[in-house]
Amino acid sequence: MVDPIDSRRLAPRKPVPWFAIRPMLGILLRQLYLYRRSLPRWMEIFYWPLLDLLVWGFLTLYLKQGTIHMAGTAKALLGGLLLWDMLYRSQQGISVVFLEEIWSRNLYNMMVAPVTPFHVVFGAMLTGLVKVSLSSSVAIVLAWFLFSYSIFNLGLSLIPFILALVLMGWSLGIMTTALILRFGQEAEVLAWGVIFLFQPVSAVFNPVSVLPGGFRQVAFLVPASHVFEGMRGVLSGKGFPWHDLIWAFLIDIIYFLGALLLFHRVLERARKTGFSLKLGS
Amino acid sequence: MNEGDGLVARNLVKRFSKDRPSAVDNISLSVSRGEVLSIVGPNGAGKSTLIQMLLGLLVPDSGTIHLFGEDVTRHRRRIAHRINYASTDLSLPYSLTVRENLDVFALVYDLPNPRRAVTRILETFSLGDLARIRVGKLSTGQIARLGIAKALLSSPEVLFLDEPTATLDPEAAQEIRVLLQGHVRNSGLGLVYTSHNMREVERLSDRILLIESGRMVAEGTADELCRKFESSDLESVFLKSMSEARESQGITASDQKGSVCG
Repeated sequence: MVDPIDSRRLAPRKPVPWFAIRPMLGILLRQLYLYRRSLPRWMEIFYWPLLDLLVWGFLTLYLKQGTIHMAGTAKALLGGLLLWDMLYRSQQGISVVFLEEIWSRNLYNMMVAPVTPFHVVFGAMLTGLVKVSLSSSVAIVLAWFLFSYSIFNLGLSLIPFILALVLMGWSLGIMTTALILRFGQEAEVLAWGVIFLFQPVSAVFNPVSVLPGGFRQVAFLVPASHVFEGMRGVLSGKGFPWHDLIWAFLIDIIYFLGALLLFHRVLERARKTGFSLKLGS
Repeated sequence: MNEGDGLVARNLVKRFSKDRPSAVDNISLSVSRGEVLSIVGPNGAGKSTLIQMLLGLLVPDSGTIHLFGEDVTRHRRRIAHRINYASTDLSLPYSLTVRENLDVFALVYDLPNPRRAVTRILETFSLGDLARIRVGKLSTGQIARLGIAKALLSSPEVLFLDEPTATLDPEAAQEIRVLLQGHVRNSGLGLVYTSHNMREVERLSDRILLIESGRMVAEGTADELCRKFESSDLESVFLKSMSEARESQGITASDQKGSVCG
């Protein structure tokens, strides 16, 4: 048994000074403890500078070629930006739906409900589609008013381009969600960052031909690279990009099936190992 | 009890790791319509694991669970609409109002007339005045009441409640108990219930299952358990039964840090 506290020994403490070091070290220590056990958090520190360097480095290589037509390139850059945003929003649409449920400690309520996890996934896809439609409509209208740029210059090919990108976004969203369910809150950073891993090899702002050898092979396996190559082709007057679109959709289907399989596996594993009620806390 | 009549679980075993003892070790239980079964045990005794298995969200290593004759582990989809669950560990989105939250779940539960079902449950749980209030503005007791209302919205035949009154003051806890007793009596709801509040367990339960370290220690009505452990109330039964169980398993009180008995 511990002795009762002798109140006479408790000398009153002074207020914490404005520039006391220990409280600041406490804040630092809290973060170090967090990072000590979290590979995703460490990756994030190096991830963004590296990806920014690659994206802008490849664009610089493209511009340095000196053979490009500036007006056409400017159009391709804006078109690339608008289409990239659709890919990004559709991925986020899915991931954020699940994160919202985790943050509000509501995900388990959904798991208990008499629905299959795929009702939830397809509900999230629907949500993503609504978000993409809203955000892209605003961006397209603003691009027209502010920069006199119309994405409808892409003609009929615009529709399959958008579909291919949304499908890739959904696939990445489902994969990210599966990883969050598997690894918990640590993997949340993936929801915001995983899409940018694909940006340097998606040829958003520069053609695939600018990429170094190894990157070119990887780019071939990314549906978005075929979409953006097709977009540049249409803008330079090459006609409907059948070849690019077929490849984009073929790879998209593989991504989508892979994502659903991963999601199914994660849930099956959770049924064996237990699903944390406190996920997100 | 017949497997087609309610919930019947036999010889459930669940072990998460080879170098740790089983979280649930050979537990059998049954609950019929209109019956309240309380599962009582110290923290870490295996109550939540057991409930996850009964809900069909966790596969047992061995043993069977049947609900109204259906194998819960293999065919959860066939019976998921007949059960529901609420726990103080869960919440509902704070930024939505009470009504909005219930509207969402009425759709998720695929209820044929969602608006009418929500209005009825709001009335039953005296939540009508709070319908337009955001969940984040509710008191803990009101959130607990909403959680149970959400779980009863789908008119389940068996309801699982994991410590539903754990964070409530005595008055709010009493309100919840009265609501639950009314539902069990009027609708024939089967209730599986965990709580650390022994007086509550005594008042609410038809039968009580005492578990410790994943094993069943005793089962019976409050009176039967009091007689068996020669105690005057359920709290004494709990302390005595847990102590006996640990002695028989060779565990000392100091090995059980964090448990309520010591």
